[in-house]
Amino acid sequence: MSLFANFSITPRQFGDAISDVLPALRRALTAAIVPILGVVMFVVVWTIAAGSIQTSLGQFPNPASVAQQTVNLYQEHQAEREKAEAFYQRQIERNAARLAKDPNYPAKIRPYTGKATFIDQIQTSLITVLAGFGLAAAIAIPFGIMIGLNKALYTATNPIIQLFKPVSPLAWLPLVTMVVSALYTSDDPLFAKSFVNSLITVTLCCIWPMIINTSVGVASINKDWQNVSRVLRLPPLVHIKKIVLPAAIPSIFTGLRLSLGIAWMVLIAAEMLAQNPGLGKFVWDEFQNGSSQSLSRIMTAVLVIGLIGYLLDRVMLQLQRLLSWNKASAQR
Amino acid sequence: MLHKLSFHKLTQRAAQRIKTVHSTGLVCCFALLMNNHAIASADQALGYPEKEELTLGFIKLTDMAPLAVAYERGYFEDEGLYVTLEAQANWKVLLDGVVDGRLDGAHMLAGQPLAARIGYGTKADLITPFSMNLNSNAITVANDVWQKMKPHLPTDTNGKIKHPITADALKPVIDDYQRQGKRFNMGMVFPVSTHNYEIRYWLAASGIHPGFYAPESGDTSGLIDAQVQLSVTPPPQMPATMEAGTIKGYCVGEPWNQQALMKGLGVPVITNAQIWRNNPEKVLGLTQAFVERYPNTTIRLTRALLRATKWLDENNNANRVAATKLLAQSQYVGADAEVIASSMTGTFEFERGDKRAMPDFNVFFRYNANFPYYSDAIWFLTQMRRWGQISEDKSDQWFEDVARSVYRPEIFKRAVQSLIDDKLLHASDFPDVLSQDGFRAPQSHFIDGKTFDARKPNAYLAQFVISKTAGIKQVNKLRSEPVDMTLE
Repeated sequence: MSLFANFSITPRQFGDAISDVLPALRRALTAAIVPILGVVMFVVVWTIAAGSIQTSLGQFPNPASVAQQTVNLYQEHQAEREKAEAFYQRQIERNAARLAKDPNYPAKIRPYTGKATFIDQIQTSLITVLAGFGLAAAIAIPFGIMIGLNKALYTATNPIIQLFKPVSPLAWLPLVTMVVSALYTSDDPLFAKSFVNSLITVTLCCIWPMIINTSVGVASINKDWQNVSRVLRLPPLVHIKKIVLPAAIPSIFTGLRLSLGIAWMVLIAAEMLAQNPGLGKFVWDEFQNGSSQSLSRIMTAVLVIGLIGYLLDRVMLQLQRLLSWNKASAQR
Repeated sequence: MLHKLSFHKLTQRAAQRIKTVHSTGLVCCFALLMNNHAIASADQALGYPEKEELTLGFIKLTDMAPLAVAYERGYFEDEGLYVTLEAQANWKVLLDGVVDGRLDGAHMLAGQPLAARIGYGTKADLITPFSMNLNSNAITVANDVWQKMKPHLPTDTNGKIKHPITADALKPVIDDYQRQGKRFNMGMVFPVSTHNYEIRYWLAASGIHPGFYAPESGDTSGLIDAQVQLSVTPPPQMPATMEAGTIKGYCVGEPWNQQALMKGLGVPVITNAQIWRNNPEKVLGLTQAFVERYPNTTIRLTRALLRATKWLDENNNANRVAATKLLAQSQYVGADAEVIASSMTGTFEFERGDKRAMPDFNVFFRYNANFPYYSDAIWFLTQMRRWGQISEDKSDQWFEDVARSVYRPEIFKRAVQSLIDDKLLHASDFPDVLSQDGFRAPQSHFIDGKTFDARKPNAYLAQFVISKTAGIKQVNKLRSEPVDMTLE
């Protein structure tokens, strides 16, 4: 497109336009290219380092083997789905044949008895972490608001919170397992015991940052807004709904985002020990198997865990933007 | 929980089909009743399984193959059983799982139901109608121990090391450790495991004391007077534990011996088939309550597993390569196919490059491997007495009574008969199995040449020098004077 043909622009104006556009162009390119360069550098360093580490299970996995295993895991998932289809098909046929001989047979379709694939395990992990996180939020946010508003309550509970905050999930897990075993007894449980164990462990570990951040956010509401509430004599629940919550949202969400990050990390450890069929169990099983593909598959799981953690954080950020009245507080 | 979307669609589809089939079924049934009373089907003789959904536990060892094969080849489904196979973390978790009902049954060590019956460890009424396999274990030592053993090993005319390798070559290494005041640690998988009794047998055959138990005084460590300290490690962790230096050798099932060899961590020195030819190994463990409540299910489980073991040994191990591929899947054993194949397909590799023909390293069906012989149970009980896990002398009749309460050949015979009736297996596959009285003929293929006659367990025990039943003076080479080991 010839600028000079269709518009009457002087070379000088053109020069000005270019010098305006260039810095913007440079900024855009920097924003796009530099991260890519960073990733490329990382991959190069990783490949070189992996080539020089020999373990008893084979060479340390490099990007190529991880890519290979990603494909393998997906193909295994497909194959398992096909097996599941065949399983259901056989069940239907077998039930039909049985009913032909014995009409009183209470035919039912049983879920597939084969193994959970990598994709299934990702699903289980996500469900467990969101359930644990949801339970923690349901407890922590009201509790945090309460102790944020009441100084006496805060001073009373603070020592307990500070005491339990640094406790690792691996220390909680045996206790949780014993308690769940004793209390959650049922012949046909809705949730597997391993699921309940992992869930409760996640809750116990990620509840503390939520409580602390919520209470701090609530306690440090702008004095002016509190005065407005007092002047208008707002009833307590309206005060919380109209003044406290909107003001404390940035802090609450900081707490939620921190907690979600912690919950995701804790989950992987809890799953390894509680044998909940998620990503943690995948890593543990691969390590126990000790095959030549094990390390690559574990590395693949590590990257997937990181990616999911990142995505969860981004989702929380979007949620924060949606719920914040002050959009500027939810930038990064 | 996870296949909800497709599952829901399928249940809908299935529900529709069942409705149509149900109505056609009624019509068919009516017609049948009108025309033909005798529906000649062996299922009528045996009956449908009472419990169709079962969870069976196993440990990641190649001898869980019958379970994997029965699942993958549809033998469980043919019996109307929907089985979920669940790998367990270790033998204790597995045993507890069966005892408290989380698992309906499991791939169990032969000693576990026996120990549970007599109350050593968790007390429970467990029974077994099916022996899964023979042999399948080996003893591996760390590389440095092997290097010290090697000079003492006799070689044949071709320069190859003579097999079986007795623990005689290990003795100087142990003496060396004791002189330096260090403990010589070795691993096995469970206090009442076949592995524990086999490694102890091997050590004691060369005069090495593996330690006594004294449960009557609360000492269940098994380390009393031990020259070799034996400890428990779960099978998949054996190579790693040896790599870490915690143990200098271990007795475990495959693939954990060949795995250690392939990873350059150790050298297998002897297989349990060389310690006692065609020794009983794993069993299908069930609770007595389960068997009484679900008799048809128990027989059908046995039938499915019998078909699986037959397939595994068919045509001189022709199917073993396919079995290896099956076991290499991560939900079964998960080790590399070549490591599993190293012991499952007719050979066994000792030192790197020293591969010996060993078609009977795993025996799943041959030699009546699946018959639950009382004599097998009695051998384990004698070893429990030998090492002190059973703290007092017991009569020969006691041994037989315990064996009869745990091992149930009548269920096995029933399963065999129904398979023959259904033409799934031939009577020729089970030479005189139905006339077996449960006792093998006296066996003498032991590494120390002793003969085991299960009808005289106390006489058998009296043959051993290193034994709790030996009321003679024991001489310990490194002590300056003989120690009186008479026991009341």
